[in-house]
Amino acid sequence: MSNQPPLKVDQLSIRYHHKPVLTDVSFEIPPGQTVAIVGPNGAGKSSLLKGIMNLTPAIQGKVQFYGRTLEEKRLTTAYVPQREEIDWDFPINVMDVVLMGRHGQLKFWQRPSRCDRQIAEQALKDLKMWDFRDRQIAQLSGGQQQRVFLARALAQQASLYLMDEPFAGVDVATEKTIIELFKQLKAKGNTVVCVHHDLNTVGEYFDHVILINARLIAAGPAHQVLTQANLNKTYGGRLSLLNDLTEQMYRSRLDNAHPGD
Amino acid sequence: MNGFEPYNDPGFLAQAWQQLGVFWSFDDMNATWVLVGSLLLGMSASVIGAFAFLRKRSLLGDALAHAALPGVMMAFLLSGSRDAEIIFAGALVSSLLGFWLIDWLPKNTKIKPDAALAITLSFFFALGLMLLSYIQNTSLPDKSGLDKLLFGQAAAITSNDIDLLLYVTTLVLVTVVVFFQKFRLIAFNRVYAETLGVPVRFYEVVLAILIVLSVVVGLQLVGVVLMAAILLTPIAAARFWSHQLSHLLTLAALFGALSASLGAQISYVAPAMPTGPWIVVSLSLLFFISFIFAPRQGLIKRYLDDRALKQRVIQENILRTLYKLLERSHFQRNGFSLAEITELRSMSGTELRNRLAEMVRRGWVKQNRQQYALSEKGLLKAVKLTRRHRLWESYLSQHADMTSDQVHQQAERIEHILNREQEEQIVAELMEHFDPHGAPIPGLSDNQGHPS
Amino acid sequence: MSTLFQSFNLSDWVLDLWILATASLVAAACALVGVFLILRRQALMGDAISHSVLLGIVLAYLISGTNALWVMLLGAVIIGLVTAWLSETLHKVSRLQSDASIGIVFTLFFSIGVILVSLYTGQIDLDQECVLYGEIAFVPFDTVIWGDMETGTDLGPRAFWLILIVFAVVLISLLVGFERLKTVTFHPSLAVSLGINITFWHYFLMTLVSMTTVASFDAVGAILVVALLIIPAATAYLLARSLKTMLWLAVAYSQMAVWLGYAIAFWLNSAIAAAIAVSAGLLMGLTLVLIQLSKQYHKRTHAHPLRQIKD
Repeated sequence: MSNQPPLKVDQLSIRYHHKPVLTDVSFEIPPGQTVAIVGPNGAGKSSLLKGIMNLTPAIQGKVQFYGRTLEEKRLTTAYVPQREEIDWDFPINVMDVVLMGRHGQLKFWQRPSRCDRQIAEQALKDLKMWDFRDRQIAQLSGGQQQRVFLARALAQQASLYLMDEPFAGVDVATEKTIIELFKQLKAKGNTVVCVHHDLNTVGEYFDHVILINARLIAAGPAHQVLTQANLNKTYGGRLSLLNDLTEQMYRSRLDNAHPGD
Repeated sequence: MNGFEPYNDPGFLAQAWQQLGVFWSFDDMNATWVLVGSLLLGMSASVIGAFAFLRKRSLLGDALAHAALPGVMMAFLLSGSRDAEIIFAGALVSSLLGFWLIDWLPKNTKIKPDAALAITLSFFFALGLMLLSYIQNTSLPDKSGLDKLLFGQAAAITSNDIDLLLYVTTLVLVTVVVFFQKFRLIAFNRVYAETLGVPVRFYEVVLAILIVLSVVVGLQLVGVVLMAAILLTPIAAARFWSHQLSHLLTLAALFGALSASLGAQISYVAPAMPTGPWIVVSLSLLFFISFIFAPRQGLIKRYLDDRALKQRVIQENILRTLYKLLERSHFQRNGFSLAEITELRSMSGTELRNRLAEMVRRGWVKQNRQQYALSEKGLLKAVKLTRRHRLWESYLSQHADMTSDQVHQQAERIEHILNREQEEQIVAELMEHFDPHGAPIPGLSDNQGHPS
Repeated sequence: MSTLFQSFNLSDWVLDLWILATASLVAAACALVGVFLILRRQALMGDAISHSVLLGIVLAYLISGTNALWVMLLGAVIIGLVTAWLSETLHKVSRLQSDASIGIVFTLFFSIGVILVSLYTGQIDLDQECVLYGEIAFVPFDTVIWGDMETGTDLGPRAFWLILIVFAVVLISLLVGFERLKTVTFHPSLAVSLGINITFWHYFLMTLVSMTTVASFDAVGAILVVALLIIPAATAYLLARSLKTMLWLAVAYSQMAVWLGYAIAFWLNSAIAAAIAVSAGLLMGLTLVLIQLSKQYHKRTHAHPLRQIKD
């Protein structure tokens, strides 16, 4: 895996019904850095992450993890979904949620071993959640819930972390813990990719930035990408003709009809 | 019922036919009223069900119908009579109780809406069945026939039932007509309706009461268990035919009335047959027919559209390839072999020959032995397509920061759907008039290299 | 002493035992499967499959001509999976809402089932009554006989053996696949990102639901089984703080419902299966009332709640 980038996205296109969500997004990210995916609401940030993890089917495009397919690199890729996605009334405690991170390594009939438990314990301690291990998840605050999700990802012991808005709606303590976590991960040479919405903190928290708005605007080191011109392009509205025509293309089901490629 | 085999008797068909004759001769007043009642019920249930469907609460009717059962039994137990009005009142009360429970559970407990529906449905139904079995083990008079409420029995309907059916369905239909605008607004966008100051809650309760009313008067005909289908299936079937709500409602009413009367007839002719299941089967038949054959969104139509589009795309690609070849020969030679075409655009030989034959028929291409040439008509079309392709390529490369390879792939598709207006818009937004590969963009009235 | 024994009919007592044993197993199997239906928000799918199973049983009988246990099981599992698959396909292809497509499919299947039952009333050992109530009171009379009809040993009721087998299958499946089912149920998208095949587990669960409903069919009929699938599991959901406790609680509630229901049925002289379903609901109502009361109590006695409950 020496010189292959941890993540390489090639011409990824995603749609929702007929609406183009992302069109032809291509980029690659360097190893051992923190990467932010930034863009306005509805720009397709979360969809990009889901498309990368194949949770939302992409209509075209290729994603490579260290030069391999997702299937080959599943175990080294950890995904942290948005908090809203799950039923927080679910009868389960914090420890069990974190242990789920070990499931990629277990066969379906296997129970988590002592070793798995130690890994989960360490992950919880790293996120200062060990004291809450027996709590039912409904009894946690928003920030604590987020930390449980992060601990679960940590328990996967991956080398690439994809996180969907980890900073959304969390308290200051959690924010600090997450930043601390980023530092640790980077120190181990791991890569973190986050969907991020706060322009004020992007430059401070992240090394590398990907600007999108339905298509790729710019990607590169934070100080190069975060220019006024690029931000204007990202937040200054979309190319309406491009969008309209792409939608019309999907509506006509032309992409199915087209032979070849 | 054991050992009773009415339908294996050879004389049965003849007898059934005769019965049907009686049914349609309108001599039997009861049969006529059953027919009228089922038509009205089918219409009103389908129309009111349509609003529940649009509010994304398709199975609410199912739960409310099940919830009516214990009310019916209680009413019978308390009053000792089977008068239509008393049964109706009991059913109404317990259905509304069910509606309240479905609403209350998810709001006040962890129970999720789908579970609340299933809990209400099964608990009320079990309660109803328990009371029914209790009644059947007692010596109360008049108790027979209560079990017919489960699957419906058209033949068991009394004229008293029919009267009530007529009043209630008329009331439901009139209310829908009066409140149509408001119901549509709420069904379409509840939150927006709230911002307009519409008392959404009030109309929702009215809608629920209308559903309960239709369900309750339909019990005799359709039965508790299958009431869901007559509320839900007609509108689901109608949806394949139209997008306009008034058309949808008319169609749904038509489907509902048709199947309800069909079920009623079958059950009338063969009294051992429950009515509800036959109504549902005929409704489902209508649904699947709509799903497959509907002229705008049916499966067959979609398949044909896809195929036609595919062929058009291939033909347009061939036209553009021919133009490219023409361009390469500096407009000196018009007439190219199959090999030359497949060199630029890979496709199977038979496919290419078939499409070319079709294009010759359309007068776009002229065939001269093994050589294919663009006709005047074909050239115009090819120029138009090439122009669109290259315009789009330059638009993308100038505005969207893509490589020339990516741009080409996009243009391959977009060229087939660009229209005149969009073409002009692109020209207006373009800065230079060469495509990113360096080829010139042909003008519309470009007569350069016109083959004579 | 001996007079007491004489007035107390021993064979009646055995019959009651068979009925109770069958009902307990039915309720327990339903509760276990129901827990996952509740957590996965597929209560309506459980409703749909329990209706469709009728068609599976009738068709299996008409096609094969026997009512052997495995034929019934196979017919029900196939039709259950077809119901799940068809509802989902209809939802995807025609863009109907998923509950609408479920409603269309199961009402159709159930209607065909009822029509076939009415058509072949004489040939099938089924009628509309038993579709609705089941015939738990008659369960002990339909027995499995080992060996010769005349001389063989009577092994006990058919329905009992069927539900015993199915209960064992459900229990073993849950024990073996527990961790996977937990992950898939709690967080499907995480499961996918871990490389777990969620489609497989979905249909696996649907198979368990179909098997449980067909095994419960003889005892409680096609519709009351919904109550046993959903209500005890939903009650457990109100209280449980882990998946394991939820499973135990659901089974406990289902057993209480069986005993209470049996008593009510005896007292009112009504259908046993319906009374069991009603008592499941009553127990849930009682639980709800207690929860609401304790909430009120906490609000009044503590200005600030000791543990924060999400509201």
